[in-house]
Amino acid sequence: MAKSPTHHIPWGALGPWLALLGACIFFATQSDRFLTGGNLSLILQQVMVVGVIAIGQTLIILTAGIDLSCGMVMALGSIVMSKFATELGLPVPVAILCGIGVTTLFGLLNGLLVTRIKLPPFIVTLGTLNIAFAITQLYSSSQTVTDLPAGLTGLGSTFTIGSAEVTWGAVLMLVLYALAWFVLRETAAGRHVYAIGNNAEATRLVGIPTQRVLLAVYVAAGVFYGIASLLSVARTGVGDPNAGQTENLDAITAVVLGGTSLFGGRGIVLGSLIGVLIVGVFRNGLTLMGVSSIYQVLVTGVLVILAVTADQLSRRGAR
Amino acid sequence: MNIVANPKIVMQAKGLVKRYGQVTALDGVDFELREGEILAVIGDNGAGKSSLIKALSGATIPDEGEILLDGAPVHFRNPLDARRAGIETVYQDLAVAPAMTIYENLFLGRELRRPGFLGSVLRMLDKKKMLLESTARMQDLKVGIQSMTQAVETLSGGQRQCVAVARSAAFARHVVIMDEPTAALGVKEGNMVLELIRRVRDRGLPVVLISHNMPHVFEVADRIHVARLGKRAAVLNPKKISMSDTVAVMTGAMTPDQLPPEAHA
Amino acid sequence: MFSSRRRSTLALAALSFAASTAFAAGEPVIGLVTKTETNPFFVKMKEGAQQEAKKLGAKLLSGSGKADGDNAGQITAMENMIAAGAKTILITPSDAKAIVPAIKKARDKGVMVIALDSPADPADATDALFATNNYTAGVLIGEYAKVAMAGKAPKIVALDLFPGHPVGAQRHNGFMKGFGLAANDAKSNELSKTPEMVCMADSFGDQAKAQTAMENCLQKAPDVNLVYTINEPAAAGAYNALKRAGKEKDVLIVSVDGGCQGIKDTAAGVIAATSQQYPLKMAAMGVAAGVEFAKTGKKASGYVDTGVTLIAGKSVAGVDSKDTKTGAELCWGKK
Repeated sequence: MAKSPTHHIPWGALGPWLALLGACIFFATQSDRFLTGGNLSLILQQVMVVGVIAIGQTLIILTAGIDLSCGMVMALGSIVMSKFATELGLPVPVAILCGIGVTTLFGLLNGLLVTRIKLPPFIVTLGTLNIAFAITQLYSSSQTVTDLPAGLTGLGSTFTIGSAEVTWGAVLMLVLYALAWFVLRETAAGRHVYAIGNNAEATRLVGIPTQRVLLAVYVAAGVFYGIASLLSVARTGVGDPNAGQTENLDAITAVVLGGTSLFGGRGIVLGSLIGVLIVGVFRNGLTLMGVSSIYQVLVTGVLVILAVTADQLSRRGAR
Repeated sequence: MNIVANPKIVMQAKGLVKRYGQVTALDGVDFELREGEILAVIGDNGAGKSSLIKALSGATIPDEGEILLDGAPVHFRNPLDARRAGIETVYQDLAVAPAMTIYENLFLGRELRRPGFLGSVLRMLDKKKMLLESTARMQDLKVGIQSMTQAVETLSGGQRQCVAVARSAAFARHVVIMDEPTAALGVKEGNMVLELIRRVRDRGLPVVLISHNMPHVFEVADRIHVARLGKRAAVLNPKKISMSDTVAVMTGAMTPDQLPPEAHA
Repeated sequence: MFSSRRRSTLALAALSFAASTAFAAGEPVIGLVTKTETNPFFVKMKEGAQQEAKKLGAKLLSGSGKADGDNAGQITAMENMIAAGAKTILITPSDAKAIVPAIKKARDKGVMVIALDSPADPADATDALFATNNYTAGVLIGEYAKVAMAGKAPKIVALDLFPGHPVGAQRHNGFMKGFGLAANDAKSNELSKTPEMVCMADSFGDQAKAQTAMENCLQKAPDVNLVYTINEPAAAGAYNALKRAGKEKDVLIVSVDGGCQGIKDTAAGVIAATSQQYPLKMAAMGVAAGVEFAKTGKKASGYVDTGVTLIAGKSVAGVDSKDTKTGAELCWGKK
């Protein structure tokens, strides 16, 4: 029994890393500006909002659910935060907590509808997506909120490492990924999330409080969306009611590209980080090459198909 | 196998009644499980055997009657209560998470945490200990699976069954209930599971075995509880009765009093 | 006394008199179909239409697609409004070609259809077009930029809308023409490119996406000195990116829109010059035309340029512009 207890290497999970590496190598050959510290830290910064949203989305997808409302909830959070800090004149930390509070409430709403009323997550979040969008537009009168106090955008500021400027927000994203990775891998609660996605009935029969864990997952996702709202405000310097519309599908794309199965129970949260980086790298690289943005969309679509196929094939081989 | 005079009764049920609307599933059924035995529960469809098992494992609450564990009455409101009382059940669909490893499944819901700060504050799992324990348990029961870090879905049907049985045996303190453990298994795998069931009993855990498979029942059971029409028709001694007679009692073709006294157990 | 012929003529006259007074007694119903509910440009348009409708005693119905490009949503809104009695439809087409069959159906029913802000394709599919000349809007900021650059070799970044959109192409090409570079004409949907243009990226008119696009372009061409942006949110995003790179003082940003936030940005020096357009005017004109049609049966026709004004923080020689104070008075959006 010389095998280490915690290393059960899922070879399918290497795919996303290889894809990211391959993309980086390709773009490095196409543009000498690609592989610079400055450019790479720029990409990290560009993906930090979707990156944090994707953590919440990963948790939900691991339980065989899905959240179509994530981007809209994030936008609502950023409007609440920015309006509370400007119009209502609340101190910045209070405004931030209110914003995260609102997104967490939406997470709770989604979770309750899924666990108590037993509605499918797809349907529930389809509904809350529209509700969140409408509330955001109504509360903001469809106007961007500007002239934000400095504290609110603090996470957008940078510090230098060598030639690279790293944003505090990107650092926060990495910390959150490490935290999520730890909880999912090393704690019972994390393993239960996987078990529920893999066989919900089994977890019920062995006595795990399945509904409570599911509710906690949706609420936790809401917290992550709130943090993403803060990062969005920090990056753009405004509260934009039209933000988040593409982030809904972008987050799900990142999770799938990262190797997490939409059927639940399988995947690594770090994979979602790789997923957002892959999209960010392609967007940056294609712009450096002067290629139209339509090709970026095409590439993303092809990658998603490849990612899902690779996952399926690797699992079939394992059996 | 031995039939001891004055055997200790581990679990008992008296006059259990369970109705589902117009249908009476249990009609005052009695039940008795003795120490160190494998008790097979057989019966035709609708005879009430699954309802009986559900009542014993806490999955349903009987309308009337009582259940006694080691002589003391117990009331199970849910399967968790039964588990806490030391009764483990191996369900027909196994209740395993296929993508997770064997040792994770063994400890699912009962994970071990690391000692000290890492365990209590950070809630970190003690994977090494769980792995060692799993390996030890499986070796103890002579289950021939090499690595506990394999995913359960990579195992054959029989091996998965062994994992589920080993999990129950590892945590049960009083009784292990098994629902159709050899169904859907081939000859070799079925025998592997039967061997495992015997070892469980030999370690001191009485086993309640529900099965349709008469040859398997006759191979491992010490006594046979025959369920019929929501009641207990008879308890038979497999050594002193033929398979065909047993089936006859089960279907009602033969009544218990038509049997010679030594056939009863 | 009256011959049967005269009797029927009289009857007909009486009937049509009754009908026309009944017609006039009921208020004219006008429908406004915008691309989306949420873009402040359309919010302002709706306001302008409502104000004018109230003033002239007409009833305004409004609706839109769900998002930019939602053609089906606009068709449904149009059909519902016509069913509710609208005799004039004012529409900002999301998809210039795809909306044409629905417009034809409406016109065949006797409904007057006027395009606002951007034309249908072909433009004569509608009775009339009240719009900004987006090409002119681009030309103005191009001319301004040329003079403001004072002979420096231009290194231009263009943050466009997305491929294939006529308004995006017109503004971009107009800018190139105004600047004096080889450019496609106003009818083209293709974006012109010359060696002076060091990077072109799509912003989708969204501030965050424009910021990302500008950041990536900066990596490609760090020595950019002029940025053309499709609209003011994109300009704000570009400015953010430049500020982070410490380059905001070295780069001139020009834009189109004239929204109140954009005028504020122009006064603050974020945007050097912007072409202001007048959604309120478009809508008000449209409503007035609808009321005229309802009263007299006279339809509006042809293209009416609703005007575009160059607003600049600092005026430059030889280019006519108005200051930001004037711009703020005329702007649309939250003041």
